[in-house]
Amino acid sequence: MSLSADIGKSGVALGGPALGAGRGPRLRPLLSRLLALRWIAVALVLVGWFVYYPIVDNFFVSTTNQDIFTGEVTQVGLDNYRRLAEDPVVGRALWNNGAYAVLSIVFQVFAAFCLAAIVEGLSSERWRNFWRALYFVPSAISTTVTGLLFYFIYQPDIGILDGLLKALNLEHWSHVWLGDPQTAIYAIIAMSQWQGFGYSTLLFTIAIQKIPQELYDAARMDGAGPLRQLWSITFPLTREMTGMMIIVTVTGAFQVFNEVMVMTGGGPNNSSQVLGTWLYEQGFNQNDMGYAAAIGSVVFAVTMLTGILQLWYTRRRRVLA
Amino acid sequence: MSGATHSARGFWPVMGQAFLWAFLLAVGVVVLYPLLWMGLGGFKSNSQIFDQPFALPQSWSLENYFSAWRGVQGYMVSSLLVTLVSTVATVLISARAAYGLTRTAMPAKPLITAFVLGGMMLSPTVALVPLVRMLQSLGLYDTHWALIILYTAFRVPFTTFLIRAYMLDLPRDLDEAAMMDGASPGQIYRRIILPLCRPIIVSCVVLHILFAWNEYLFAMIFTNSPSVQTLPVGLTSMMSKHGTDFAQVFAAMTLSALPIVIIFFLTQRYFIRGLTEGMAK
Repeated sequence: MSLSADIGKSGVALGGPALGAGRGPRLRPLLSRLLALRWIAVALVLVGWFVYYPIVDNFFVSTTNQDIFTGEVTQVGLDNYRRLAEDPVVGRALWNNGAYAVLSIVFQVFAAFCLAAIVEGLSSERWRNFWRALYFVPSAISTTVTGLLFYFIYQPDIGILDGLLKALNLEHWSHVWLGDPQTAIYAIIAMSQWQGFGYSTLLFTIAIQKIPQELYDAARMDGAGPLRQLWSITFPLTREMTGMMIIVTVTGAFQVFNEVMVMTGGGPNNSSQVLGTWLYEQGFNQNDMGYAAAIGSVVFAVTMLTGILQLWYTRRRRVLA
Repeated sequence: MSGATHSARGFWPVMGQAFLWAFLLAVGVVVLYPLLWMGLGGFKSNSQIFDQPFALPQSWSLENYFSAWRGVQGYMVSSLLVTLVSTVATVLISARAAYGLTRTAMPAKPLITAFVLGGMMLSPTVALVPLVRMLQSLGLYDTHWALIILYTAFRVPFTTFLIRAYMLDLPRDLDEAAMMDGASPGQIYRRIILPLCRPIIVSCVVLHILFAWNEYLFAMIFTNSPSVQTLPVGLTSMMSKHGTDFAQVFAAMTLSALPIVIIFFLTQRYFIRGLTEGMAK
C-alpha cells in the first residue's frame, strides 16, 4: 500500500498538470496511438532488419550462384535445390540431425524425466536443490569448451575414456572414437547428452513441484507404491512439459553446429556432417553461397515446422486449461 | 516429494533408498569428473597428462594458468564487452517493447506482437549467408558491433516474450492511478512498471549473459582479428596454435568456463525463474 501511495505522489510531482494537459486519450487518439509505436520502434527495426530480412534474402540467394570475392551473381533457378536432392552428404547430414533428435529425446526428455522424479522424491529440500544444480553445471558452460574437453577425452593417447575402459578390462572396446566414421557422430551426440540432460532435468523438477501433494497422499492411502505414483500421477501431470521438451529438443537437434565444428569439423570423410556444418563448409570454405543458402532453406523448413507445431501445442493447451 | 521417502522403513525401502542415492551419486560423478579432469589438467605438466591421465597433479603450480591467462586475456576483454553491451541493449529494448505491447494503444498490436515474438522461431543458421554480405556492406564485419547487434537482434524476441508475459500479469491499478495523477507513459514505465519487473529483468539479464558469453557461430563467422574475437573462438584458435601444449589449453578452457559457472551458482534462483517462464508460457 505504501508503495502505491509513494508512486502516486511521485507521479503528481513529476507529471504536473501542465505536462498531462494535452495528452488526454480522446483528444488526439490517432496521433497518440501512432506515438505509442516509439516504444517498440527499435525492437521492430532490429528484428526486421537483422532477423527477418536475412531469412527472406536467403531464399533469393539460394536461387543464385555467387562468388563472394568477385561479387559475380548468376541466376540458376532451382538448380541448387536439385543438387541438394542428389547430394549424399545432405542425406548423411539429415540422418545425423535425425539421430541427434532421437537420441536427445531418449536422454534429455525421458531419462531426464526419470532423473527429475528421483531427485524430487528425496525428502530433503537441500539435497534436491544440490543435485539439480550439480547436474545443470555442464549446460552453463559453452559448447566450445565442452566440445574441446570431450575431444580430449575421446583421444586414444591422453583421453580418459580409453584409459577407463582399460582399467575396467574392456580394452577391446577402446577406439579412435572421433576418427572412425562409424562412431564419430555418436561420440559427439553422447557429449551433447552429457551436457544437456541437466537442463531438462531442472525443467522437469519444476514441473513436478507444481503437482499438488494431495494427489500423492491420496494415492498412498489407496496403497499405490512409488512406481505406481510415478506412472499414474507424475507422468500424466507433466505431459505438457514433456510435449514442449520434445519439440524444443527436435528444433535444437536440427540447429546443431558448435560441438560438431569443434570436435570433428564434420569429418572424418563427412561422416559427422550435420546441416549446420555442411552449410558452413559449402558457404565459407568452398565459397558456394548459393548452395549454402539452399541448405539453409532446409534448416528453415524443419525449424518452421517444429515452430508451428509448438505454437499449435501451446494454443491447444491453453484452450484445455 | 513424490513420497518415495516418507515410508523409508524396513529392509526393502532402505535398500531402495540406498540404490537411488548410489544412482544419483553415479550420475553426479559422470557430470563432474570430466570438468574436474579439465581443471586438474591445467595444473599438470604435459608429460604427466600423457603418462598419468588419472593422477592428481604432481605440483599445484599456477604456471599454466598464468600463461593461459595471458593467452585468453584479450578474448576475455572482447567477451566481456560484447556480453555487457548486448545484455544492456537487449534488456532495455525488450522492456520498452514489452511495455508498448502491454500498456499502450498502439495500432496493429496483434500483428506487431506476432512479428516480434515470431522472431524466436527463426534460427541464426538460416540467416548466416545473407548476413555476411549485409555486415560487410555496413562495414561491421570483424568489429565488436557486429556481435553486439546480432546478439541483441536475435535475443530481443525471446527477452520481449519473457518480460511481456510478466507485465501482462501485473495488476493495472497502479499505472491507472498514476495516469489519473497525470503521469506520462514514460514516467509510468520508469517509476512503476520497470521496478515491478525487476525479478524477470534479472532473469533475462542472466539468461542473456549465458547466451552471449557462450555464443560461437556468429563469433566465428563475423570476427577475424584476435583483438575482436571472443572467448569461444579464441579458445579454438589457441587450440590450433598451442594444440600440443595440452596443459595450457586445459587451463584456458577452465578459465573461460569459470566465470559463467560462478554466475550460475550466484544467480540460480533468477536463472531458474527465467527458464521456467520461458518454457511454461
